[in-house]
Amino acid sequence: MHETSAQQVVHAPPQGFWRKYVFSLDHKVIGKQYYALALVAVFTGMFLSWLMRIHMVWPTAKIVGLELLSKNGAPGGVMTPEYYLSLLTMHGTLMVFFVLTNAPFAAFGNYFLPIQIGAEDMAFPRFNMMSFWTTFLAWVVLMLAFVIPDGPPIAGWTEYTPLSAVGRDAGPGMQWGASLWGISIAIFCIASLLGALNFIATTLDLRAKGMTLMRMPLCTWAWFITSCIALLAFAVLLPACILLILDRHAGTSFFIPGGLVASDRLQPHSGGSPLLWQHLFWFFGHPEVYIAILPSMGIVSHILINSMRKPLLSAKVVIYSMLSIGFLSYMVWGHHMFVSGMNPLSSLTFSFPTLTITIPATILTLIWLGSLYGARIQLTSASLFAIGFISMFVSGGISGFFLAQPSLDIYLHGTYFVVGHFHMVMGVASLFGVFAGTYFWFPKMTGRYMNETIGKVHFWFTFIGTYLIFMPMHYLGLIGNVRRYQSFVNDYMAPYLWLHKDMTIAALITGAAQFLFLFNLIYSRFWGAPAPENPWNGTSLEWSVSSPPPWNNFGDRHPIVYHDPYQYGVKGSKGDFVMQDSPEVLASGD
Amino acid sequence: MASTVTPIVPGSADLSSRNNRLAVPFVGSSSADRASRSGIWVGIFAITMSFAAFTSALFVRQGTPDWAHLVMPSVLYLNTLFLLASSITLEISRRSLTAATIIESDHARRAKIWLLATFVLGTAFCVGQYMAWQQLRAAGFYLATNPNSSFFYVLTFIHVLHVLLGVAAIVYLLGRLMASHSTFRRSLFENTAVYWHFIGVLWVYLFLLCLVKL
Repeated sequence: MHETSAQQVVHAPPQGFWRKYVFSLDHKVIGKQYYALALVAVFTGMFLSWLMRIHMVWPTAKIVGLELLSKNGAPGGVMTPEYYLSLLTMHGTLMVFFVLTNAPFAAFGNYFLPIQIGAEDMAFPRFNMMSFWTTFLAWVVLMLAFVIPDGPPIAGWTEYTPLSAVGRDAGPGMQWGASLWGISIAIFCIASLLGALNFIATTLDLRAKGMTLMRMPLCTWAWFITSCIALLAFAVLLPACILLILDRHAGTSFFIPGGLVASDRLQPHSGGSPLLWQHLFWFFGHPEVYIAILPSMGIVSHILINSMRKPLLSAKVVIYSMLSIGFLSYMVWGHHMFVSGMNPLSSLTFSFPTLTITIPATILTLIWLGSLYGARIQLTSASLFAIGFISMFVSGGISGFFLAQPSLDIYLHGTYFVVGHFHMVMGVASLFGVFAGTYFWFPKMTGRYMNETIGKVHFWFTFIGTYLIFMPMHYLGLIGNVRRYQSFVNDYMAPYLWLHKDMTIAALITGAAQFLFLFNLIYSRFWGAPAPENPWNGTSLEWSVSSPPPWNNFGDRHPIVYHDPYQYGVKGSKGDFVMQDSPEVLASGD
Repeated sequence: MASTVTPIVPGSADLSSRNNRLAVPFVGSSSADRASRSGIWVGIFAITMSFAAFTSALFVRQGTPDWAHLVMPSVLYLNTLFLLASSITLEISRRSLTAATIIESDHARRAKIWLLATFVLGTAFCVGQYMAWQQLRAAGFYLATNPNSSFFYVLTFIHVLHVLLGVAAIVYLLGRLMASHSTFRRSLFENTAVYWHFIGVLWVYLFLLCLVKL
């Protein structure tokens, strides 16, 4: 794996409206398209969560207009218990697939990986365009589940068999809703595989002269490792979805056991293994959550270094830690299945690497904190979200230590403890990385600054709000609050309903604050203050091109890289930084 | 036959050279060629992972009491022969092309013939797989008859889909080779060959898996 300059034009300059803005081969346009899709999905998912939280606290309330969304699911505006589960399923599916895989990885990775390695585009621009539009198709198919009369599936984003495989007997939405889910996710797998392939080939072979692997920025490393994980993970989810679709429509019995009675009807299947689905799904599902968090780790590292004006304690250790996380992520999937009835010895075998994976994660956290110690950090919206990421990652990650142990997980599985854990790490920390990246790279992508005041207000509302929403969930889980329940009518939960009410109010307010972000995004795009080529005095290659970059990133020049991308605080340099493509001699070595 | 000669140029879209040029054997000289070679191997890795998932599903499923035994349709042996032979013909074609300097040369003509043979054998494999399914159906084994037949149909069908992708690539290559005024990217041929051999090896694995386990 050696680096040479790209010798040929990867694709022609775009002509015409359709080629420029719709079916673009340009990785920058495709990155923005992924971001736009993620934006639509995240606001949809957030809206669904509002509906869920309102129903949870006021189960018989009439939500004005909800009957327009679903006549059967919310007659007269009052949500049925089953429809709560439908909304829950769609919330999870949209957020995990279309937000957390799209925004940190596909959107920012597509936009910045080629520029940061000095390439003029991805290795396979046509595949790149195909993977976005295939993702879009997957989203359309999923959203169709809202439109059909029976509604979306009620089996959760994890669609456990046998209930997800038997069809309508499992409940409303389990006929066509679940099929649409299966088809949508299968299409999404294909799109993700194409995307991952592109990232890997590009990183390995299109690096500029002088850009060794160890000289790549940390976010590039994060995207590269994520794409390796994604390749193997989605390659397993696709067969799982195919087998599920066959069980549902072709009468096979991969997952459905014999003698199963659903809705008082004996299901005409036999011999299948419901646990098989869980194994296949979580073999994908666990690496998937690292796909969600790793890019944000890379983005946050990248931004922190820039804001502190000094490199991290050791970029090499950060890279090796991210590699270890990627490698270990494939060995832990069984920790989602501790109470599934599998062999307790297997539980132990999964618990051990789960606890081990906390080691590189802790090393990363200590490096961030250690680098921050004594640093004079410039507080911008971007750097605030980057620091906030560390807080959220620790808060959310610590509950993972408990869930990793089967003896504790027997109690905590299926409770709000888990819900709090994964929302903090995925829903908040990962999203903080996306916010940080947006504020940081918006000037590069659009040539305009985002409004810093609105950004800081957005940060504080979100930071405090998400703590108020998700931290109480750990307590609720400990006292036995079960998850995926549409409301809590049991006596034992009655003394704690006030906490649910507070969480709902916090969710509504925090959600409203996100509209500040949306407003900032749209307003700044057209009327924001103009930004120069290098507004943050950054050193990596994206800051050496215009804002926004030309269609082939570097114009006619082929950048040459002389050292690592984090030369900040260099004595004797002009300013306090040396750009990566500057041949300026440094005081210290590489 | 036109008097102008069309050079086989590795990797670039350079149409300007009208002279005979010594062909350079594929060394991955341009980054785009290296990227497509990486891409093919990454794709192969992903496909392998998918079939590993199907294999593990098979191993889990076979532990249940309703696991039966499926007799392999006899045409499968012939199909295997076809597919392995197609790998050989593709290799002959590829090596002839490596020795060729211009498209109208003897070597290039040999390359075209053997590529056509590969196409015929590959298509024969696909047709043969369809006949295998017919044979099974005639014996009363459908997709949902028992878990063994389910796995057989699923594995062979998904494999055939990937073979068809390879056949499409071969058809495209044939088209490029036949056109007299085209340029020809050697890397596409090399990558198709890698993919095609992989599909052959994958079939041998799947066939053995079905023979032993189903």
